[in-house]
Amino acid sequence: MNRWKLLGLQVLVGAVVLGLWWIGSTVKIFGVLLLPPFFFSTPGDVLSRVVRMFATGLVWRHLWVTLIETALAFGIGAVGGILFGFWFARKPLVAAVFDPYLKMINALPRVVLAPIFMLWLGLGIWSKVALGVTLVFFIVFFNVYQGVKEVSPVVLANARLMGMNERQLFRHVYWPSALSWMFSSLHTSVGFALVGAVVGEYLGSSAGLGYLIHQAEGVFDIAGVFAGMFVLAAFVLVIDWVVTRIEDRLLVWRPQSSLNDA
Amino acid sequence: MDPRGTPPMSSDGAAPAIRLDGVRIAFRLEGGATYEAVAETTIAVAEGEFVSIVGPTGCGKSTLLNAVAGLLKPVAGSVTVLGRPLAGLCREAGYLFQQDAVMPWKTALDNVALGLEVAGRPREEALAEARTWLTRVGLARFADRYPHQLSGGQRKRVGLAQVLIRHPKILLMDEPFGPLDAQTRQIMGNLLLDLWAADRKAVLFVTHDLEEAIALSDRVLIMSAGPNARIIGDHRIDLARPRDASDIRLDPRFHELHRAIWGQLKAEVAKTYEESAA
Repeated sequence: MNRWKLLGLQVLVGAVVLGLWWIGSTVKIFGVLLLPPFFFSTPGDVLSRVVRMFATGLVWRHLWVTLIETALAFGIGAVGGILFGFWFARKPLVAAVFDPYLKMINALPRVVLAPIFMLWLGLGIWSKVALGVTLVFFIVFFNVYQGVKEVSPVVLANARLMGMNERQLFRHVYWPSALSWMFSSLHTSVGFALVGAVVGEYLGSSAGLGYLIHQAEGVFDIAGVFAGMFVLAAFVLVIDWVVTRIEDRLLVWRPQSSLNDA
Repeated sequence: MDPRGTPPMSSDGAAPAIRLDGVRIAFRLEGGATYEAVAETTIAVAEGEFVSIVGPTGCGKSTLLNAVAGLLKPVAGSVTVLGRPLAGLCREAGYLFQQDAVMPWKTALDNVALGLEVAGRPREEALAEARTWLTRVGLARFADRYPHQLSGGQRKRVGLAQVLIRHPKILLMDEPFGPLDAQTRQIMGNLLLDLWAADRKAVLFVTHDLEEAIALSDRVLIMSAGPNARIIGDHRIDLARPRDASDIRLDPRFHELHRAIWGQLKAEVAKTYEESAA
């Protein structure tokens, strides 16, 4: 599809939603507002709130805290996931023994761990990082595990016949394969790192986007809640864009899964 | 068995490059039964000899080749490569697989250089030599492409260069051109013959395509249908070298040989189909 046409349609969807919101919250239809501003605020109020957050510089500190928590959660979770993924994939006995426990922990909704982490690690950033780590770890772990297991047996046989020792096999075969699986789940794992950070902040903290939203909610400041949500959404878009660029750089060798590539 | 052929170079005492002695291969099936894939088989490939094994699909040709490479262990018998009994993987062998075996995450150049890097050669040197090999297989312009950006034939060329750059003492080929179209196969056949003529290694080439086997080889072995597959024919191909893998197919002698060998192969192919239909 034409690029400009697509962009136009995308903008149109946004404009229609904003328009409906604006009409519903400011224009009386048969004497009533369909979207009372107490519950829904108005686009104008939210916009001026967002502008004020940036103009006063209030938001930067919170954005920074959330970013740091996200980055730490992703970094620690990914390193742990890679180490354990490799270990389990190369040692089937270890994998078999721990399998039920891993499944059990992974099935647990991570939010219930938040209060425990707050008890253990306090209200600072580390309890949020820990929550994010429990989310990121499993995604990276399962992908790396799969990546090592799914190496093509032909490629592996070829590498062995080439005379590769265990170290060389790791460097030239297992590592690239595992990384490609991990990077293919990069969007999900980075997203979960952010979820961990924001949910943690929401449940108890003194800084961060989750904290901003929670504070506004506490005093029924709906415009503040919506403003926080918009900043958060924009933040996610920026991070997602960065991740896409990294992915494009690192996975050039991957075939595009589209028909016109054939 | 074919009286017209000249004896192999090794028949006057020198040890053959590859020797399988009474090799028997069986697999354990689920449930405890065993599947006798290859019955006692003895094959000798002389230094510098190009030998093909032809047989119906699933007869155990590739299995036999994997035993020479050391990828699987025979139940009985011995494999000797260059006079030494095989223990573990065969490091002297260059193995060209039927499927794509190049690393998808490395460029054509890096893939070819890999064989040398693994052996401990400095990267710069390995890359320089890899460039020469890519030129030799006609891929000089594609050095920076990743495998998925190359055609099937080009990927085979990368695979061939990756194997040959290590200067293996023997070559094992498992239907290497099987997935390619007919024209590309002939072009690859000629490329292989050209590269092989330069230093004449012993080659064991597995294929189900009799014409390809005759066009390339010094000797064609026929394998019976499995299970308990055996070598049932050994035919010397006395066509002059250097050959052109596509033009040689028009030679009257080629037709004579083809007719003689096909009679034997046809019976085995028919057997395979009868069994799979039953």
